[in-house]
Amino acid sequence: MAEPLLFVEHLLKQYGDKVILNDINLTVNKGEVVVILGSSGCGKSTFLRCLNALEPIQGGTVRLREESITHDSKNLTDIRQKIGMVFQSYDLFPHLTVLGNILLAPTKVQGRDKAEVTQEAMALLERVGLKDRADSYPAELSGGQKQRVAIVRALAMHPEVMLFDEVTAALDPEMVREVQDVMLDLAEQGKTMLIVTHEMQFARAVADRILLIDDGHIIEDEDPEIFFTAPKSDKAKQFLNLFEFHRPKKNK
Amino acid sequence: MADFNLASIGLDVLFKGKNMARLIGGLGVALKISLLAVAISIPSGILLGVLMTWENKIVRFFLRVYLEFIRIMPQLVLLFIVFFGSTKIMKLHVSGEMASIIVFSLWGTAEMADLVRGALSSIPKHQYESAAALGLTKTQTFFHVILPQTIRRLLPISINLITRMIKTTSLVLMIGVIEVLKVAQQIIEANRAKSPNAAFGLYLVIFILYFLACWPISMLAKYLEKKWKV
Repeated sequence: MAEPLLFVEHLLKQYGDKVILNDINLTVNKGEVVVILGSSGCGKSTFLRCLNALEPIQGGTVRLREESITHDSKNLTDIRQKIGMVFQSYDLFPHLTVLGNILLAPTKVQGRDKAEVTQEAMALLERVGLKDRADSYPAELSGGQKQRVAIVRALAMHPEVMLFDEVTAALDPEMVREVQDVMLDLAEQGKTMLIVTHEMQFARAVADRILLIDDGHIIEDEDPEIFFTAPKSDKAKQFLNLFEFHRPKKNK
Repeated sequence: MADFNLASIGLDVLFKGKNMARLIGGLGVALKISLLAVAISIPSGILLGVLMTWENKIVRFFLRVYLEFIRIMPQLVLLFIVFFGSTKIMKLHVSGEMASIIVFSLWGTAEMADLVRGALSSIPKHQYESAAALGLTKTQTFFHVILPQTIRRLLPISINLITRMIKTTSLVLMIGVIEVLKVAQQIIEANRAKSPNAAFGLYLVIFILYFLACWPISMLAKYLEKKWKV
């Protein structure tokens, strides 16, 4: 049943002489939710950014089905439409309303009918509980609301893969959940997703697969239950120990 | 206080002959110089400002030199250089008014370019990235995402530049342009014997005229700043 969608082969990413990611190989199937973990600075965000060519890569290939994704691809904007991304910083366009933010790319890039996209946007906004904020400006929204809009904005492009780069990291704790619920809902619907996060509870709940990146390599590629209960490598144990401290409270 | 009249504060001269009309005409000259210069400065400043954000080091270097040169020079010195320089050295006859428009355009362009450069580079990097991630091309990103935000940041500050330019036109009398201050001086001179207080009255009127010219513009800037606060 598994239909491979995203292929990463021998990916090499360097900043100058410094190797950030070395020989990364990964195949993501359609409908799979992959959570990428790792300590700060391990290259997990960079990895995500290589997947839609926001970062040029120095070696290897990234493909969506047969189409290769590189920084200088001629059809880069076509491929990026198929890969939605939500960032950590609230990246809505401040001069446009919520609806304007959502409509911009589908109407200007894909040339779709405005009425049709508006209808879809309203349905998506309703789904994330923000239908009544369609005419608000980003400055009038809370961080959690902004991130939900950013997710809707990406979804309106009908991407085949969604990338989430620490989308709850900059949020106040009480707003983290509302964004995570939207992502869980997407996972339920069978969206193909790659998620970088520091929230272990959420990772465990949402993931079909956990990747642990350390020092530019994927050192674990595991089922979440196995990863969180019986991690194989020492590095994974060490990493999980970092969160042990918080767990007794969190698990209640 | 019984003998208080218009003459005691020097306002009587205003109503002699066509004095009031002359003053307003003088203000008209000042406004004409500044508004023409603004009309030239804004498009050319936008162009240079965009160029200043380019990677090209040579382009940036020359623009930097131009900008610093114009900003370091007092406007009066620039006026003298252009007005006297053009006649003596280049054997061109440039009228005072023309020289003023040239200088104010050069100055306005430099100031505007710096404002544009500042506004452009103040747009956070993630605005470019999220546009790119949505599949927008560089051109689409510039016109739909970057430019509208830049204009919003730019409009209030460039309107303030306009009021600065209007006020600075008071220097052009030094190269013989008959603007509002010069007209006032002429009226004062002509009425020295009969209305010794004319100076006070006339400069008071000029104060009011400048205020009336600049205040609405300043209010507009404030209004836009509030409205577009992002």
